[in-house]
Amino acid sequence: MDEARLKERVAAFLSENDPDGDRLEFLRARFDAGLAWVWFPEGLGGLGISRELQQVVERELAHTPQLDGGVQGIGLGMAAPTILAFGTEEQKRRFLRPLWTGEEIWCQLFSEPGAGSDLATLGTRAVRDGDEWVVDGQKVWTSGAHHSRWAILVTRTDPDVPKHRGMTYFVCDMHAPGVDVRPLRQITGEAEFNEVFLTGVRLPDDLRLGEVGDGWRVAQTTLMNERVAIGGGPVRRGGGMVGAVLEFWREHPELRTHDLHQRLLSLWVEAEVTRLSGARLREQLAAGQPGPEGSGMKLSFAKLNQALSGLDIELRRDLGYDDWAFRRSETVDFYGRGPGYRYLRAKGNSIEGGTSEILRNIISERVLGLPSEPRVDKDVPWKDLPR
Amino acid sequence: MTSLLYSEVEEELRAAVRGLLADRCPPAAVLERAESDPYDLDLWKTLAGEIGVAGLLIPEEHGGAGASASEVAVVLEELGRGVAPVPFFTSSVLATRALVQAGAAGLLERLADGRSTAALAVSFAASPYHPSRGSSVRSADGRLSGTVTGVAGADVADVLLVPADGGLYHVEGAQVAAVSSLDLTRPVATVTLDGAEATRLGDVDVAEVLRFGAGLLASEQYGVAQWCLDTTLAYVKERHQFARPIGSFQAIKHRLADLWLDVVRARAAARGAAADGSPVSVAVAQAWNAGVAVRVAEEALQLHGGIGMTWEHPVHLYLKRAKATEIALGTPGDHREALASLAEVPGPERGQQ
Repeated sequence: MDEARLKERVAAFLSENDPDGDRLEFLRARFDAGLAWVWFPEGLGGLGISRELQQVVERELAHTPQLDGGVQGIGLGMAAPTILAFGTEEQKRRFLRPLWTGEEIWCQLFSEPGAGSDLATLGTRAVRDGDEWVVDGQKVWTSGAHHSRWAILVTRTDPDVPKHRGMTYFVCDMHAPGVDVRPLRQITGEAEFNEVFLTGVRLPDDLRLGEVGDGWRVAQTTLMNERVAIGGGPVRRGGGMVGAVLEFWREHPELRTHDLHQRLLSLWVEAEVTRLSGARLREQLAAGQPGPEGSGMKLSFAKLNQALSGLDIELRRDLGYDDWAFRRSETVDFYGRGPGYRYLRAKGNSIEGGTSEILRNIISERVLGLPSEPRVDKDVPWKDLPR
Repeated sequence: MTSLLYSEVEEELRAAVRGLLADRCPPAAVLERAESDPYDLDLWKTLAGEIGVAGLLIPEEHGGAGASASEVAVVLEELGRGVAPVPFFTSSVLATRALVQAGAAGLLERLADGRSTAALAVSFAASPYHPSRGSSVRSADGRLSGTVTGVAGADVADVLLVPADGGLYHVEGAQVAAVSSLDLTRPVATVTLDGAEATRLGDVDVAEVLRFGAGLLASEQYGVAQWCLDTTLAYVKERHQFARPIGSFQAIKHRLADLWLDVVRARAAARGAAADGSPVSVAVAQAWNAGVAVRVAEEALQLHGGIGMTWEHPVHLYLKRAKATEIALGTPGDHREALASLAEVPGPERGQQ
């Protein structure tokens, strides 16, 4: 299908569905018409065509109801590509539509207090009991768990083999008994993240994603997509964090200094070449899956956000903070609220979704082919690892 | 939207240039001739004539290929990778662009197949924002007088083109004195005109020629950076200390990951500037790529350790090329300053601070 045919299809869809009517009905109809994510297969919200053509649909439907990228980010960016790659037909049919329309929100149960950068050492246990699995453990830094219907979950199912081999991946029912979500207050004052305690949580085997013991490979798909989802999205020239700073900069000539000007120009250039690089990467991705190159985007994004949000505070010479009050975040928001919030929230950008240090390891080993550090834990059964 | 990827035609052109350079002009060969006879004119003859790079920017009606800047950019990437000592950038980009502007059909035809090589008598340290830097040339009664310092490619050019007072002149009888240059593979010369006879070819907008050149120079800078990165990667995988390849130490891996990210973005910036050539895209590509080429060359030297500091290892050719082209056609600072108005990032108001 080419661009012209796709436009006709969108026009036909619009003639039958009123964008000013019920929001949810409109989004459901858009999914059913294959205009949700065009590179997904037909019947699952797509048309089985090149990912590049998605931008045509987005342009044509820019004036219609939109998804909530903040709340739905994990579902759209991480759960969906993983379900598409590893889910059964039934799982795909069950989960993808309400995930896309936002009727069901998703979160990610990966990190644990003892397994951050070394995610593969995670210890949340899943033990088989007939047609069910019983899950016990603790997850942490779980964005949006407090309004999630489902989670993607990685567990330890075989402690007797080396750590990368004994994991299994599930979809976790966040409404199941034994799931306890507790807020985790962050340096911004808000609780966007959570601790999630799993105690005797029973998951039917048909919520397993991929083979038993193959959880690490399934998780890799999620993580590759996560790094593109954070920092890989399209921005316009002068948009994103640089846009937030520039707006104030232009309105306040009296606050500008030569030093800030030099630094801002350098950061503007870096933001622009990063934007171009992202555009180039998306062109390459149009046909296939994101590769480890995506890790580079997140690395640049974190560095830029931190530098720009720090500069913003200096520029304003404002010693205040908008509000320290504890609250539950409605959404993941890097740019909202005041400059103090943006500065503090940006500190998380080099930690979430793989620390910048881990990303540099990934780039140097998988993209540049450099040898890994000697590993002492590689062939040791998980249960015998020092901890 | 213009694509930032390489087309099939561009990849074919790249393969042809890369193959020829690998065969005829590896870095060791460039090094060997650097002090005695820097330009490899036999190689240039093959590149210009057989592969046809000399006429890329020349319209078909004047015997050229009528190719786009994106194709020229790919040739420059490869020539940067090889620090190839040929006058492609000076003759087939800068001088050719000036001749196209002036509508000098006859000279374009001579350049198209590589029979003749031209140079534009503009200082390599001039910029789109300061196009007459380094030049004191004036015209009077159809004759030109004055000096231009730092002219690249002048010592091997058959045709010397001199811009003066808005016109482009073909000059014979200029005095061209090569000087000892930081960049061994692209020496510069001082051009002196003392009432030289000059034929006016047409009008020229030197700032536009330099902007066009600056945008494409970003591709050469990317090529220099890519060679330095690739060569360093190969070295740190081979070099053992403490019974391990030094490339397995995170202290080294993380630096290379950061350099890779800089180089990846340099490629995108170069493709962007080649594709649209607007003042913003050119300034962005120069502000970024010039610094990246220097940074990667400096790191390449450091990560090679002792061998990197020796004359026999070619990394210094790349460092010298990178540092010289950081100045060429505007420094990164010049281009950032231009972005203050181009991208609406205005500076402090007068008297502030």
